[in-house]
Parts: sequence; C-alpha cells; structure tokens
Amino acid sequence: MSAPARSQVISLYKLLLTESKKFPSYNYRNYAVRRVRDAFRANRTIGDPTTVERLITEGQQTLALIQRQVTHTHLDIEQRLLMTDLGPFDIYYYSTSVWQ
Amino acid sequence: MRGRSRQETPPSTSGSCAAPTPGIRKTSADKSPLFAADLIKKHELEKDEFRPLYMDFQATTPMDPRVLDAMLPYQVNYYGNPHSRTHAYGWESETAMETARKQVADLIGADPREIIFTSGATESNNMAIKGVARFYQSKKRHVITTQTEHKCVLDSCRVLESEGFSVTYLPVQKNGLVDLELLEASIRPDTSLLSVMTVNNEIGVQQPIDEIGRICRSKGVFLHTDAAQAVGKIPINVSDWKVDLMSISGHKIYGPKGVGALYVRRRPRVRLEPLQSGGGQERGLRSGTVPTPLAVGLGAACSVAQQEIEYDHQRVSMLANRLVQKIMSAIPDVVMNGDPNQRYPGCVNLSFAYVEGESLLMALKDVALSSGSACTSASLEPSYVLRAIGADEDLAHSSIRFGIGRFTTEEEVDYTAEKCIFHVSRLREMSPLWEMVQEGIDIKSIKWAQH
Repeated sequence: MSAPARSQVISLYKLLLTESKKFPSYNYRNYAVRRVRDAFRANRTIGDPTTVERLITEGQQTLALIQRQVTHTHLDIEQRLLMTDLGPFDIYYYSTSVWQ
Repeated sequence: MRGRSRQETPPSTSGSCAAPTPGIRKTSADKSPLFAADLIKKHELEKDEFRPLYMDFQATTPMDPRVLDAMLPYQVNYYGNPHSRTHAYGWESETAMETARKQVADLIGADPREIIFTSGATESNNMAIKGVARFYQSKKRHVITTQTEHKCVLDSCRVLESEGFSVTYLPVQKNGLVDLELLEASIRPDTSLLSVMTVNNEIGVQQPIDEIGRICRSKGVFLHTDAAQAVGKIPINVSDWKVDLMSISGHKIYGPKGVGALYVRRRPRVRLEPLQSGGGQERGLRSGTVPTPLAVGLGAACSVAQQEIEYDHQRVSMLANRLVQKIMSAIPDVVMNGDPNQRYPGCVNLSFAYVEGESLLMALKDVALSSGSACTSASLEPSYVLRAIGADEDLAHSSIRFGIGRFTTEEEVDYTAEKCIFHVSRLREMSPLWEMVQEGIDIKSIKWAQH
C-alpha cells in the first residue's frame, strides 16, 4: 500500500469509528463499531491498489450512510435500556432510543 | 400427566392438590380459555422503566440502518406509482422496483422475472398453496405438508380440504426432521404440491430441502418451501435445491414489515391461480400497486444479507453456542428441542424441566422472549410444533425460544443466560416436583390422586 493510501485508510477508519459511536441505539452502535473493526481487520493484508481504492470508496459511502442514519437522533425519545455487562442483578442504565 | 389431571379434575376442585404445580393454569373444564396475556400483562413502558433487551429475532427483526437509508428517498421524494408508464415519477419508481427484484433474485440464485412482490410470507404461502392446488385441480387433488409448518400453511391446507382436496400432514421425527422415505411413500399420482418449510420458526431445524427437491422433481410434484426464517441466514440456491416456489418475508431479514416475495419457477413452468383480482400487476399473479419503498427495503435487506451472510452466520453461531453452553453447564435437565446439527443456530429452543415456561417468562420480564411463535403466544396451550416432535407435555410447557440475530451483543447473551440460570434454579427450589426428583422419585410413575 502506498503511503498516501495508508494514511487515507487510517483516517477513514477513525472517522467510521467516531461516527459509528454516535448511533443512539445501543444495538446499532455496538454492531456498527464491531462491523467496522472486523471489516478493516479482515482486509488488512490486501495490497492490490485497485482493490484498496474500491474498498476506500465503499468505506466513504458507508461513512456517509452512517452520518445520515445517526442524524435521526432528534427524532428519538430518551428511554432507559437495561444493559448488563455485570451479574444478573447489577443493572446498568444505558440511554437508548426508539424511532418514532 | 398434567393433561390428565386437567381433563379429569372437576371444576370445583381445580384449586385443590390434584394439580401438582401451584395452580396458575385453569382446568379445561371451566370453559373460559386462559391466555398468556392474563399472566403477562400488557402495558406501555413507563418513562423510567427499562426497555427489555431483545431476544426474539424469529418473531421479527429491527430494520438495518442500511435498509432504512435505501428506503427513505422513496417515502418522500420519489413517490411515483411504479406502474405509471407516462411520466418520470413512474419510471424512476419502476427502475427502483426492478433493481430490488434483482437483489432478491440474486440472493436465492433466481431470475428477477421469477420474483413476485407480496405483502409478506403469509400471503406468499397462501398464494403458493391455494394457487397451485386450484390451478391443477382438474387432474390433481392431493397436497402434502408437514405437521410442524407455520399456521398460515396449515390453515391454507385446511381451506383446500374444505374445497374437496385431500391433504396429507406428514409427521416429523423426534429431531423435527421429516422422514424422507415416508415423504416419498406419501406422494400419489394425483399429488400436485408438496410444502415443507426450510427452517422451522419455533425449533430452528433445517429440513433437507435439496433431497426433498430431488424426490419431488423425479415424481413430477411441485415443491413449495416457506423460507421466511432461512433466506439471508443460510445460503440458498433455488436451482440446486430444485425448489419450484419459495416464500420470503421482509421483516425477518432486517427489512421492512409488510412486504415479502414469492419465487415462482419459470422453467419448468409453475402455474398458479391468483388470489387477488385487479390491475394485473406482477404478471397478473398479484394485482395491486407494488409499494415501492417497501420493495426497495426488501431488496436492500437482501443485498445486505448477501454481503453479510457469512459474517452474520459465524457470529450468530458463536453467540448461540455461548448461550447454550452457559445455561447447560450451570443447570441440569435442560433439553434442546430439535436436531442438534441440522439447524439454524440463531433459533435456540430450550425446555427447562420442572419449570413452567410462563412463570419463567414472567420472571425474565426484562428480556423479550417467547415460548414459541408469536402467532400462538397468546394461548397457554403447548406449541403444536413441540407436540409434533413428541416432546412430553410437561417439557413442551416449559420451553422458551431464544432468538439471536445480527444486532445481539455478547453482553445481552450473558445477561440472558445468567438471569435464566438464576430464575430456573429459584423456580425449581419452589417446585414440589423438583423436590421429589431430588429425592429420587420417578415422577412419571406417580398416579396423581383425584379428590
């Protein structure tokens, strides 16, 4: 991978993660972050410049998509979601949202 | 045993000790049916109340943001009728609809011209079963299906029976799979259609559709499969499987609710009588304007599914294993319903012996779970699917279906497992049956006294 492509990929990765973390819904947020990480990890070893370029374009489209979808925040009602990375009765308050 | 006490106990003594478990279940003698809704009260969530976490992906799935993103423009800007031939509004909607049709076709290895948009898998099933049977009724008047099918397939067959068709409801084996020899033996010269679901919605077993397809093709019988729970989750190719008709649902594959599709093979041609009369849309098979945004959503869901099928399957298997391992290693006498290998891993149906399924559901009220299919979840009768696989009535009563999907997290699985373990242990502590089992009494040998 050439140097400009490398920095481009890294900045795209960071942007995708930042935007994914803005999903108001717990499940979408987790999925988006995980999917972005796994996709970059899976394609880490690709060296072919045309493939890299195609993947970058796809990544940019995904970034735009996430940005569009995240802006539905203003439609959301704050509601508490029971989430649970602790024991059975340790309850965490997560704010989540329902699209109306 | 419970069934017997229910039948024999007169209503006046229904509260007495004849029933071994504390009597939340009424006897069948007092005619009013008892619904789960009476026990699990419906109420809107309060502002400060927790939203339960979602573990019911067989009932329906949340829409993928990618699907909504594709649909939104067709809800607001591109609102033309896709069948309008005289202006750009119609043309652009038609293009979008045809793209969606191709996306659906690509996912199952079909030709776009073989895809008919419908309102969902129920309509697709009705269309396929009634349509094919009625079209060929002058020569063939026999239809075969299985006992574990979805209600809409069974009910369509009942309607055909009332029209004078004969229908064979094949039993399934203990593991939920159909016996292929029995299936082959049931085919008669006047059999027009065989309908077997790909993945069962309650126990998740996957029928060997490819082998059934081979049998059907050799006998000249059309094969319909209800693949609502399978499309986008397991690889499907209608040519390899030799399927003639296939039902697809939008909202089971992270698409919008209210849309589905029916695959109808063109070569060799399958003909069916349409259910709806009207403007002759969808090759005359399904009149009515195709809802462009919903069709676009279904197409997008299929295209996302095609892209994610491997990733999703790997993850869902991992989470399902995690759930089953956690629960089974912590508590004894848990039975997994359905074949352990021939299955879609995202649908886990467990029976917790000596525990009432509904009591457990009530205890697990911060997890959205179901004891079976959503259509029948209102009644406390044990699921007919579990009865068909020969589950004992008490085990059928204590079953819970865990649905795992694309958006399920490890945290949610762990929470559900831990909470499940806690409550099953707690409910068993209270159960006299469990106590007797611990003392080494064989429950099945007990003759429950009548008063």
